[in-house]
This record gives sequence, structure tokens and C-alpha cells, in this order.
Amino acid sequence: MDMTFLLQLLINGLVVGCIYSLVATGFVIIYKATSALNLAQGEFLMVGAYICLDLMTRHNIPFFQSFLITLAFSAVLGLIIERVILRPLIGSHLISVIMVTLGLSSILKALVQLAYGTDTIPFPEVFPPEPVQIGPIPVSQGYLYAIGCVTLLVTLLTLFFKYSKTGVAMRATASNQQVSLSMGISVKKMFALSWAISAIVSAVGGILLGTIRGGIDMSLSFMGLKVLPVVILGGLDSILGAIVGGVIIGVLENLSGGYVDPFVGGGAKEVAPYIALILILMFKPYGLFGKKKIERV
Amino acid sequence: MLKISNAEVIYNKVILVLKGLTMHVPEGKIVALLGANGAGKSTTLKAISGLLKSEDGEVTDGSIEFMGERISNLNPEEIVRKGIFQVMEGRRVFDDMTVEENIIVGGHTRKDKAGFKRDKDLVYDYFPRLRERRNQLSGYLSGGEQQMLAIGRALMARPKLMLLDEPSLGIAPLLVQEIFQLIKKINSEEKTTILLVEQNANVAFGISDHAYIMEGGRIVLSGTAEQMKANEDVKEFYLGLSEGADKKNYRELKQYRRRKRWL
Repeated sequence: MDMTFLLQLLINGLVVGCIYSLVATGFVIIYKATSALNLAQGEFLMVGAYICLDLMTRHNIPFFQSFLITLAFSAVLGLIIERVILRPLIGSHLISVIMVTLGLSSILKALVQLAYGTDTIPFPEVFPPEPVQIGPIPVSQGYLYAIGCVTLLVTLLTLFFKYSKTGVAMRATASNQQVSLSMGISVKKMFALSWAISAIVSAVGGILLGTIRGGIDMSLSFMGLKVLPVVILGGLDSILGAIVGGVIIGVLENLSGGYVDPFVGGGAKEVAPYIALILILMFKPYGLFGKKKIERV
Repeated sequence: MLKISNAEVIYNKVILVLKGLTMHVPEGKIVALLGANGAGKSTTLKAISGLLKSEDGEVTDGSIEFMGERISNLNPEEIVRKGIFQVMEGRRVFDDMTVEENIIVGGHTRKDKAGFKRDKDLVYDYFPRLRERRNQLSGYLSGGEQQMLAIGRALMARPKLMLLDEPSLGIAPLLVQEIFQLIKKINSEEKTTILLVEQNANVAFGISDHAYIMEGGRIVLSGTAEQMKANEDVKEFYLGLSEGADKKNYRELKQYRRRKRWL
């Protein structure tokens, strides 16, 4: 149990946590705009990873181009799903919307299985394999790229929601739909946009995960569930919360994997986030950054 | 400018709220629409701005024309683009966004960047309190300041016709005066036509050119603000003035309904 081991665990946790943050951000964007929980978030991630892989291996398109095409594809996928499946449900019970996303997750999973089978497919080497020495520990370059990529994307999203007219309008829609309508905002467009952004963000997460793991399979879709404790820790409606929550859960998972697993014979890594989830719900039900309603007296 | 003829509005396909409403808002004027709770005033505004749709309401008969163009049952975003902007009842600011962001959202339909910036300054000139608080969350503003924000936000869209739904609701009397003076100022300086829904008849007559009184989904009386103020029934039922008001007793109160001449 030396220092290097701890640092290694922390870095692993940070990288995985970054990806959690990304997927959680996608989750929060949809929740904020449409107040629906998208249980197919993990499948968006999986589809993104498979598409990118397919472009690279079967069509021999270089990584960067494949990456961009995948993002475009995901945006369109998000738009279509919103238009065809979710828009007709506007105004119906929230629980039906959530059930539909559950159904959607099964459909997407089945489609991917149909097209690519259930075996693990190796992901081509994208980043140079030789690790970079940071202090005492070697860190693989893929990790650094992943962290950089997530930081960039999250910064862009933050700027978008803070300063762009469309971003501010999306937040307005999340805050009050009828008033937004009265401002001339097309609420339907904002819904569609939030699904598209969410799908893009998840696809990036999926691709990064693929490059880090070196191979992808159906288990990628579990990320959707992994992200639930993250968003609940951060607060369901807070993007900042999703980011902080993602890193915390990622690190927590790796630390318990490294230090607790040897004593209990494995499994602590998988269970830790959910134990944290229960504790959070007991003591801070709105999460770390969740919105408490402003009450004027 | 705005002509409503025999408009009928039905909610949820069964509840008839407007029963053949006819009114006219001339360009450049302030028109007040008064009436008791449930008369259909807000519904009238929502029928004009298209917000009815989000409440399962529909204009089923008659027509609403704006600058010679039929706008009944268009989507709210199309109507905003045509130059009609509704300031909804109860302020309804986006409380988790800052004052400045609220103002930006108001100008959502604007395309011209330079004009956008100029109008933002204009809004702050009209409402200097908002400039002081531009970076605060609007949920923490006082009621009067929120109303100012709601009106300022509407100005950002540069509407030709502004629909104001009870701007005096729940606001301190002194601020009500201030806000109504500003509404008058916006009307004369920005040439914005205003349709004002109010319960507070006194302040409404104070700034409007023309007034309509609504009851049970219909217009029952109309005239200039002067005529209205002189009308005995309006005095009695809307301004709370009548001769020998101090001598009122229950027997006289019972006669209220019979004494209304328009029924």
C-alpha cells in the first residue's frame, strides 16, 4: 500500500470519473429541459462507441474523422428519437415517458447486438501506447487525452449555457415552459436540441471509454446505470453537480476497488457507488448542487 | 391594429369561456380591459398571444386579426414574431436566472445584434433598479422589481402590441403608481400599443385611452376612459364610489345585480 498505488488509483478514478461526468451531463441536460429521466443514456454511449469503431475498422476512416462523423450521427439519432418517440408523448404522464426510455434502451441494445454480435470487439489503438511519466507514476496517454477532451467539452457546454442566446433559452425552457413560449421560444426545438446535445456528449464518453479499455462490448450500456448515483450525488438538475459527482464517484469506486476488494474478495468496486447513493439520499436528498426552490416571503 | 370579432374560446373541448367577444385596439393607444375574476380577461389575452394552446384551449369561432392578418390559433412563437408580446399574470420571471439573462431571453426572437444591445441599455434606462441588480438571481427581487423585469423583458422583443396581464397584482401601491407611469411612458416614447388587463380600475383609467368591461365571457360596456369614469355603474361596481356610500346596508347590497344597466 504505497503512495504510488494510491496515486495510480486516484488517476484511474479521475479518468473514469471524467467520463461519468460527461454521461451525467448528458443525463442532466435532458432532465433539466424535459424533466424526464433518460434511462437509455448508457445505450447512447454504447451506440456511439460502436459506430466510431465501425467507421474505423470497416471503412478505414482515420480516428479523428470517425470521431466527428460519430458525433454528427449521434446528434441526428438524438433528434430522430425525440421527434418520433418523445414528442408525441409531450403532456402525458412522466412515468410513461420514463418507461418509454427504458423500452428505447432495450431496442438500441438489441439493434447493436444484431449488427455487431455480443463478443468483445477490440478497439484500435488510437493514442500512442507509451505512458508519460508524471512524477513517480507512469500515466497512459489515452488517459490524458480523455481528461483533456472531457475538460474541453464541459467548458464548451458551460459557455454555451451561460452566454449563447440558444443556451440561455434552453435554460429558460427548463425553468418554465409556458413563459418561454410567451417569449417566442419554440419549446419543441429546445427539447430536440437537448436530446441531440445529450446524445453527442454520451457518444464522446463511449468513444473515450472504448479507447481506454481497448475493447467494447454490451457492458458499455451499464454506464447509464452507473451514472444514476452520479447525478443524484450532484443534484439531478445541476451540470456542475454532474461534473463534481462524476469525479467523486469515479475516485470512490477505484479506491474501494483497490483497498476494500482484497479483503472482501472483490465486488466492492461495483457496490460502492450505490452505497454512496443511499447515504446521499438519506442526508442530502437534493444532492450537492441540486436546486432548492427560491421562496420569496 | 388588433380586431377581435365574435371570438369564442373553448377549453378542453367542453368549457366555453369566451362567448362571442368583440373588441378593437387602435394603434398607439392604451386600451384597458376590466372585469371581475373569471370574466375571461386572461383568456382573451392568451387567445391573442396563442398561449391558449399550451392550456388545451382553442379559438373555435370568430376571428382575431392583427394588422389585417388573421392570427387565431397560430403558435405563440409565430405570434411573438409578428409583434405581439404577452406579459403574463404574476410576473413569472425565471427565478433561477439572473436579471440580465431574463432580459436576454426576452429578446430571443431578435436577429439584429446592434439593436439588441441598444435595447438592453434602453430597458436599463427605463428601469434603473434592474441595472443595479443585473447580476442577481431574479428570484430574489421584490415583487415590484420582478414586474419591472417582466415588462423590460417584453420590451426586448420590440413588440408592436404589448399585452399586460394585471401588472398591479400583489405590488405595493406606491410601486403600482411608478409602474403605471412607466407603462404610459413606454406607450408614448416607444409607440408601443398596449392592451392592459386590470382589476384595479382606478389606475387603469388613469393611463388608458379606451376601456372595455367584460363579464361572463362578453364585453358588456365600452367607451373612453372619461366616459367610463362618469358611468354610474362603473363607479358603483369598479371604482367603489356611490352616493351615500356610508349609508349602505344589506338590503341595498342585494339589489346590485338588478341595478347593472348592461345586463
